[in-house]
Amino acid sequence: MFDSASEILSLQSSGEATAVEIAEKTLAAIEVSQGKHNSFTHVARESALAAAAAVDAKRGSGEKLGPLAGVPVAVKDVLCTRDMPTTCSSNMLRNFEPPYDATVVQKLRDADAVIVGKTNMDEFAMGASTETSAFGVTRNPWDTDRTPGGSSGGAAACVAAGSVPLSLGTDTGGSIRQPAAFCGVTGLKPTYGRVSRFGLVAFASSLDQIGPIAWSAADCALMLETIAGFEPRDSTSLETPVASYTEALASTDLRGLKIGVLRNSIDTDGLDDSIRAAVNASTDAFKELGAEIVEVDLPHSNYWVPTYYVIAPSEASSNLSRYDGAHYGHRASDIDRNTKDGPLVEMYCRSRSEGFGAEVKRRIMVGTYALSEGYADEYYNKALKVRRLIKGDYDAAFTQCDLLLGPVTPTSAFKLGDKIDDPIQMYLCDLFTVGANLAGVPAISVPAGFDAGGLPIGLQLQAPVLQESRLLFAANAFQSITDHHKHRPSC
Amino acid sequence: MSSLAEHSVVGLCIPIAERSATIHSDQYRLPIMTVTAPNTVTTIIGLEVHVQLKTETKLFCGCKTQFGAPPNTQVCPVCLGLPGALPVMNDRAIELAVKAGLAINCDIPPMSKWDRKQYFYPDLPKGYQISQFDLPICGEGYLDIPDDENDGDTVRIGITRAHLEEDAGKSMHDEASGTGDTRIDLNRCGTPLLEIVSEPDMRSSAQAQAYLTQLKALMIHMGISDCEMQEGSLRVDANVNLHINVGEKKIATPIVEVKNMNSFRAVEAAIEHEVVRQYDVWQETGKTIKEEPKTTRGWDDTKEITFQQREKEESADYRYFPDPDLLPVRILREQVEAIRSTLGETPDQTRDRLPGQYGIKPYDADVIVKSGSQMVVYFERVAELSGDGKRASSWVQQDVMRTMKDRQIDVSDFPVDADKLGDLLKRIAAGDIDNSRAKDVFNHLVDNDQSVDEAIQSLGIESVDSSEIDALVQELLDANPKIVEDVLSGNEKAVGALIGQAKKKNPNANPQVIRETALRIIKSK
Repeated sequence: MFDSASEILSLQSSGEATAVEIAEKTLAAIEVSQGKHNSFTHVARESALAAAAAVDAKRGSGEKLGPLAGVPVAVKDVLCTRDMPTTCSSNMLRNFEPPYDATVVQKLRDADAVIVGKTNMDEFAMGASTETSAFGVTRNPWDTDRTPGGSSGGAAACVAAGSVPLSLGTDTGGSIRQPAAFCGVTGLKPTYGRVSRFGLVAFASSLDQIGPIAWSAADCALMLETIAGFEPRDSTSLETPVASYTEALASTDLRGLKIGVLRNSIDTDGLDDSIRAAVNASTDAFKELGAEIVEVDLPHSNYWVPTYYVIAPSEASSNLSRYDGAHYGHRASDIDRNTKDGPLVEMYCRSRSEGFGAEVKRRIMVGTYALSEGYADEYYNKALKVRRLIKGDYDAAFTQCDLLLGPVTPTSAFKLGDKIDDPIQMYLCDLFTVGANLAGVPAISVPAGFDAGGLPIGLQLQAPVLQESRLLFAANAFQSITDHHKHRPSC
Repeated sequence: MSSLAEHSVVGLCIPIAERSATIHSDQYRLPIMTVTAPNTVTTIIGLEVHVQLKTETKLFCGCKTQFGAPPNTQVCPVCLGLPGALPVMNDRAIELAVKAGLAINCDIPPMSKWDRKQYFYPDLPKGYQISQFDLPICGEGYLDIPDDENDGDTVRIGITRAHLEEDAGKSMHDEASGTGDTRIDLNRCGTPLLEIVSEPDMRSSAQAQAYLTQLKALMIHMGISDCEMQEGSLRVDANVNLHINVGEKKIATPIVEVKNMNSFRAVEAAIEHEVVRQYDVWQETGKTIKEEPKTTRGWDDTKEITFQQREKEESADYRYFPDPDLLPVRILREQVEAIRSTLGETPDQTRDRLPGQYGIKPYDADVIVKSGSQMVVYFERVAELSGDGKRASSWVQQDVMRTMKDRQIDVSDFPVDADKLGDLLKRIAAGDIDNSRAKDVFNHLVDNDQSVDEAIQSLGIESVDSSEIDALVQELLDANPKIVEDVLSGNEKAVGALIGQAKKKNPNANPQVIRETALRIIKSK
């Protein structure tokens, strides 16, 4: 398969391949991979070939082409697409086709990208293993007995398998970065508000962001440049003009850049030794590139996971209220009209009981409780206060350094079934990632090596708000002297 | 009140007529069958008024807010609550809300925010309503209403707050089909509402009525809302309870929130009903606010009684929290002052000014003012151009308002603008055209975009030469010697009989001119 988006662009401009040929090859690869990994909930064969043909026609007539012309792209199934189902990997929306495109999807189409399908995920993006999907688990291409991570498991796995060069994920607490780390690819969660959320089916509105997953930081830059930007339909979208992320990659000289190593994270007991070693080794690589290394601390990091698991379910309990069987989505059939609470309540209860999976229900219950009268002050409102402290930690840390460096996950990819019955263990997968969501800062997961079992290890860099360029600059420099991101699973 | 019988309680043997007579007064005494002195009862009323703001588009999307469109035609992914759709605030709604707040003397805090109020109902497609919980757009204020007991005095009713929220859709329960189906129309979903909450400062149903009348006039006058109760652009919930003095002790009955009242008359009747009902219940059960703080009751307009609503609706926990899809609203002092400067006269001030300036009756001034500030502007322009305030007032109230009502149009869209009507009325005053022909011209202008001149031409109305009139009248007088005799013997009214005949011969003849010409010719003999 092709390595990168930029390679696919140059194959077309040199005339070595047409967009249709590339699309055919991609669809064939997806077909092979799908049986092994189950990365997709929907493959859009016909519309992909039509889009590719349109690109070839445009090129033939000498029309100006978009920056992703003919590049196959996969879209996480939580983003609305007007010509494909949008299921959120839930039975609730199994047959739902939105009448509109998410802004990011529209932007991809405008850039002449070829959307090849929708990728599998944890149901409504709630999970860290893609095991809560109603469409079956996705398997890690490095070891099919293991999870690709989640919730953007399909998005990371299809890139790792070499089926597509670019995919769009979403990240509420680590859902781009953790699967990127587990699958040995690069994944970026932008600043909250940098990418429009219009058409992103909400999980936790104040934390959700859309971002790219690719083999390299360079490809992530290419995709982010296409999808970022202010949009009036998202009130939380930021008006600051978008920087040229690809231009930021011109140099690999990191002299003058101060990187703060999160020593407490690296010394955490729960961290695998192989990951500790990989992170420490990457620190040396950054030194070699000219960066200055300092040690910093985010003092309230012990409160990240508890804070996150109050705020995110609270917002989710509200955001998921709309799935009630009344207007669209799953509605229970054969409603008994003679129950105690009447047919309406019966319809609500049964539709939601049948439509949602266990993890979604768990979070709705937790969130409903945290927002209830008499408990909101103890839980939700207190969590908002702690969130401000966490944000303050980041502000303080960034007065001492330009970037933060640390691990993405406490372990490499775990076995399917290992944690699915233990929510607390599953939630601890987010130990190092949720801070960036709570503070709204951008963060990237970069391949940093392999453990003894040959499973990929990720490295996390975090930057101040709107400093995606700096993140990509440093990640690209790292990838210029390392080859972790060039390794391929033998699948 | 026909419903009283349903609530009579054994042991409270007051004749129905006597009880109803007492409930209109501010404080009244209900005689009860005990040996102690009678109890003094004070009625405590607070009102929650929802007014629909007169914006072109909804509160969080670009859909139209017009009333009466076919079901589910004024909707989009945002107001339908489709997955992934996000709200964007309508600035015009903020402006109107601030204007309304200033009109009722509210503080406008520098920051306000949006919260989600959560409950399940089929006409609420998101499963939550975007509203304002702890930081409303308008803070404390007041409204002065006429004091019905002391003419010329006013009573000050406190305003607790006023907050913005989106409306829900409409559920229509199909009783006729027998299937129990409910049909949902989501056109109204997302329409901006301002909920104005008063302090419990009213002491009688008459005061509640006066407060509502005053508030409605103000909202219409300022162009904030149409306040059409029938269309739902004004809705009222009343909170009512009683303070009863028993000897030295003061007892408060549980607060009852009455909903679903569809007219001011219903509000009045519901309050009156509650006063009697709560007193009866207290007599029977002794239950006070301590045992039962608040209940919700509906109003049955046909039976004229309030009725218990389902317990569930009362114990709802709405789980309010800040809407993460929307930013807090910051309102700068300069913005508030800019809006304040557009407030202009209050309806009271306009009502006082018009009679003196245009020679119209206070009653007519009141009708015009109640129709809103745009109508006032329209009337004043017509009055100035025609130079005849009384005629302007009569035409505006009859022809203009009737046509507006028949055709369901606003004064701003009225096809005969103030300049045209002013022109037409000026011609009547000058005797160029008579009143009935002018009505023809007016009706023609309603349907045709023409000038007054063009309309007169289209209708074939010509001004008649005075020598022609002289000849015509002379001819008629010759044919009717009896009329000449009557006039000469002092009965000038007799010439009236000539007008009909003259109009038959020449439809353009002005009746006033015919009358004057006939009298002149007869008297000159």
